[in-house]
Amino acid sequence: MSNSRLVHSGRHLLPWLVPLALLLAWQAAAQAGLISHRVLPSPLQVLQAGVALTESGDIWANLKISFWRAAVGFVIGGSIGLALGLATGVSRLAEGALDTTVQMLRNIPPLALIPLVILWFGIDEGAKVFLVAFGTVFPVYLNTYLGIRSIDPALIEMARSYGLSGFGLFRHVLLPGALPSILMGARFALGIAWIILIVAETISSTSGIGYMAMNAREFLQTDVVVLSILLYALLGKATDMAARALERASLRWHPSYQAA
Amino acid sequence: MDRFTPPSTGSALQLTGLSQRFGQRRVLDTLDLTIPAGQFVAVVGRSGCGKSTLLRLLAGLDQPSDGHIDNDAPAGDTRVMFQDARLLPWKTVLDNVGLGLSGNWRDAARAALAEVGLADRAGEWPARLSGGQRQRVALARALVHRPRLLLLDEPLGALDALTRIDMQQLLERLWQHHRFTTLLVTHDVGEAIALADRVLLIEDGRIGLDLAIDLPRPRDAADPARLALEAEVLARVLQQPQPEPVVTAPRPTPLPSQLRWAL
Repeated sequence: MSNSRLVHSGRHLLPWLVPLALLLAWQAAAQAGLISHRVLPSPLQVLQAGVALTESGDIWANLKISFWRAAVGFVIGGSIGLALGLATGVSRLAEGALDTTVQMLRNIPPLALIPLVILWFGIDEGAKVFLVAFGTVFPVYLNTYLGIRSIDPALIEMARSYGLSGFGLFRHVLLPGALPSILMGARFALGIAWIILIVAETISSTSGIGYMAMNAREFLQTDVVVLSILLYALLGKATDMAARALERASLRWHPSYQAA
Repeated sequence: MDRFTPPSTGSALQLTGLSQRFGQRRVLDTLDLTIPAGQFVAVVGRSGCGKSTLLRLLAGLDQPSDGHIDNDAPAGDTRVMFQDARLLPWKTVLDNVGLGLSGNWRDAARAALAEVGLADRAGEWPARLSGGQRQRVALARALVHRPRLLLLDEPLGALDALTRIDMQQLLERLWQHHRFTTLLVTHDVGEAIALADRVLLIEDGRIGLDLAIDLPRPRDAADPARLALEAEVLARVLQQPQPEPVVTAPRPTPLPSQLRWAL
């Protein structure tokens, strides 16, 4: 029994072995002087920078503002994408009226808008939130639309023959049927939100993790730069895990989420 | 028979000059048919002969090109069971049975599940059920509405032989208890003769054979009278050449250009 527990915990540790080995090799190389700390600081130095910035409170202030921007942008963009996707998915009229426009807009890389956005919003919060919102509309829109359109017509026919129509049909059949696809779109959108935010914050900002990294670059603080990069990775991973947890909770019926 | 049979609650049907055309093809051609209340009718015929088209017209899923259907019961009293169970995978078994019901529906849904022998699976997801169990849930979903006309579109076609026999017995028992008018579309002549009061053969869009089956129930699979009837109907079906298949529109799938786009 203790043996099986060992195997069980081993399986949990396995994915972390490679990162741990890389970290140790990195530390060893830095200590042996193989890597100049101007190029890449050692993991311990990054850790020390992290401790120092935590104690000064800078890290929390910057994390909070970055997280706020990503969250607000995602909620605005995701809501617009969801509403448009539901409309074009359910109604042929809305599809005819809106789909072409949305498809054209989606071909604009959000980052190409930076010069225009700076002219409109300055380097205010509005600029970052707008860029994130713009980037997250389309993955949510597209996956919502596709999710509704790929529902089995036989199920819709069955539901209609049982007297469902209008909002009842939407609530019992269309929305739950499209939900796996909608959540997939939301996960893509979250990934995009962070990418856009990183670039926006490094180009024009007076706060946030991207600003912290750019500011550190001015003073050649490579340890803070690396720390910022790691923070982005952690934030991205954390939001993805949250999205997965949401998926698991709301798709319990789906065969791929059921214990074998 | 000394057992009390409840009065018929089935609906009576009168089909007059019913026609259905798909483009140039006449699938049903001025078909006339009277079905008395509570009768169990089986419709057989080669695939593509129009038997499923007839069922879809009776269900109100399609509108006829010509003619009309008189049903003495309101449209809401007709229920369909399809070849695939068509359960909503995101609803539990109980919620599937309660689809389209309002008010205090849970007790009725539980009772319907008990009737098909699945009371203990009420909380399961449909993905966890076998094909036969899914069809029984679909049957419960139809029964909970107390239908006066039950339309069965090859509901047992995809089941294995043993599950099929179980389901046939279940259907017969429920029909005897509830007395709804039943129209069973099947390609299995044996099944038609096992269950029905009357077997209809559709050929060339018309009724080619209208045969009353007066065998006592429950019917014995080895009864020579039953086997003779089966052979007679089968021979008649086989006389007919295979009709050209109906081209049905393929299910719309998303365009590849829409799918490729991810990040």
